[in-house]
Amino acid sequence: MAVLPNDVIAWIRAFSESIHENKDYLTQLDSAIGDGDHGTNMDRGFQAVLLKLPDLADKDSSAILKAVGMTLVSTVGGASGPLYGTFFLQLGAATAGKAQLSLADWSAGLQAAVDGVIMRGKAGPGDKTMLDTLLPALAALKEASAAGTGLAEALRLSAEAGERGMLATVPLVARKGRASYLGERSAGHQDPGATSSELLLKAAATVWAQG
Amino acid sequence: MKKLINKPENVVKEALEAMALAHADLLKISYDPNIIVRADAPVKGKVGLVSGGGSGHEPMHGGFVGMGMLDAACPGSVFTSPTPDQILAATKAVDGGAGVLHIVKNYTGDILNFEMAADLARDEGIQVEAVITDDDVAVKDSTWTAGRRGVGVTVLAEKMAGAAAEQNRPLKAVADICRQVNANGRSMGMALTSCTVPEAGKPTFDLPEDEMEIGVGIHGEPGRVRMKLKSAAEITAMLVNPILEDLPFRSGDSVLAFVNGMGGTPLIELYVVYNEMAKLFAKRNIKIARSLVGSYITSLEMAGCSITLVKMNDELISLWDAPVKTAGLRWGI
Repeated sequence: MAVLPNDVIAWIRAFSESIHENKDYLTQLDSAIGDGDHGTNMDRGFQAVLLKLPDLADKDSSAILKAVGMTLVSTVGGASGPLYGTFFLQLGAATAGKAQLSLADWSAGLQAAVDGVIMRGKAGPGDKTMLDTLLPALAALKEASAAGTGLAEALRLSAEAGERGMLATVPLVARKGRASYLGERSAGHQDPGATSSELLLKAAATVWAQG
Repeated sequence: MKKLINKPENVVKEALEAMALAHADLLKISYDPNIIVRADAPVKGKVGLVSGGGSGHEPMHGGFVGMGMLDAACPGSVFTSPTPDQILAATKAVDGGAGVLHIVKNYTGDILNFEMAADLARDEGIQVEAVITDDDVAVKDSTWTAGRRGVGVTVLAEKMAGAAAEQNRPLKAVADICRQVNANGRSMGMALTSCTVPEAGKPTFDLPEDEMEIGVGIHGEPGRVRMKLKSAAEITAMLVNPILEDLPFRSGDSVLAFVNGMGGTPLIELYVVYNEMAKLFAKRNIKIARSLVGSYITSLEMAGCSITLVKMNDELISLWDAPVKTAGLRWGI
């Protein structure tokens, strides 16, 4: 099975809906250790993305992903705008020229997207950020890809690894972003960025498992 | 939530529309992307100063757009950084050929968005320099955090760098003044109450009636220590002493002393704090060369205050005294 442009649109739609449903939850997580706007900002950005999707129906995956990235950059604000914007822009750049995405393409795309987030945010593993979800998810995806696992199963394993990474942010002391100002007081709370990233992986695993 | 608003999502836009009406002589406003630009921008041959950040800190930054201070401000959503397209539009609008200085408070979101915008502006051939303000001594400066937050010193840096730009100094010299103010400035803030982001609808944190939060930022993010409420004298000492020790400010230094209200504290209480501060300075032989008392960098309706001190020299004093004509600060004209 491979991922077609329609599947990419279905994933973006599912993720946007998931962000909307979890808007208050994300904001509540962010109020504990940040400034309480993660849910509102992400929802504003992905509502704008939803309005753009009909215009992208005949585009290839790369163009869709880049358009999502540009929309996020200009609508989300905060740190999440440039970070999620960069994620989708890099994912789009890495998948240029592909009519459909194989597991290996998706894995290479996610690698480029995660590298972009690292470069823009200058964060690393264990800093209590979205990378604590994305890095283990990427590792699991590459491992599954190397083992010859099918796409749907690989995405499931990747999302599960991401979820474990997200839960593992709870005891961490934040070293990046506004949460880092709290020092030790940031421990005991799940990172909101890691949580929205987990929703992103879960949306892909759910939507593409059905395809 | 009890606020003078129509719809939470329209607060920023309606405030901008009002600024355009109330201060038509000083500034012009464009929407989508939202920018507040000095009425006579771009001023040919003058370095353009652009700042910005989340809304909810009024009068910062839009209230500081005008002669002798900022050329443009980029208001984000409440407590949310502006976006790169906004910052790029502002940069282009104020480029008078001498380059543009971005004054950025040290918050991850602000830095990321201003960096993306500076990259885009340079691609279009505009010379851009950025100065990051990071004056909050409540935050330990270490490689293990995002570094100190930019707070009160931002207002003072915008004033003095704005005066330097008005004298047609080159970009590097204007940026150096901004850096000098930041390097010689330190701040610390405290909260008596939380604040409520209109779109969130409830207070960002809970603070019991008899407690206060020391070392808060300007976004309703909790501070470093929570304790029982104390007297103004004790609170002022808790803010002033860490500032003095950090730079450090020494006997004989002359300072610009800025007592700032967080939005929900009356001026009379700020003067009580100023009085306590002056007593502490007298004991340590620190001279107040200039002062600013009032609510200039706020956190919506948060009650509380911050103190910012900048070690001054003759040049900085003359830049501080230089004429300024903005909605928020106005003198010498």
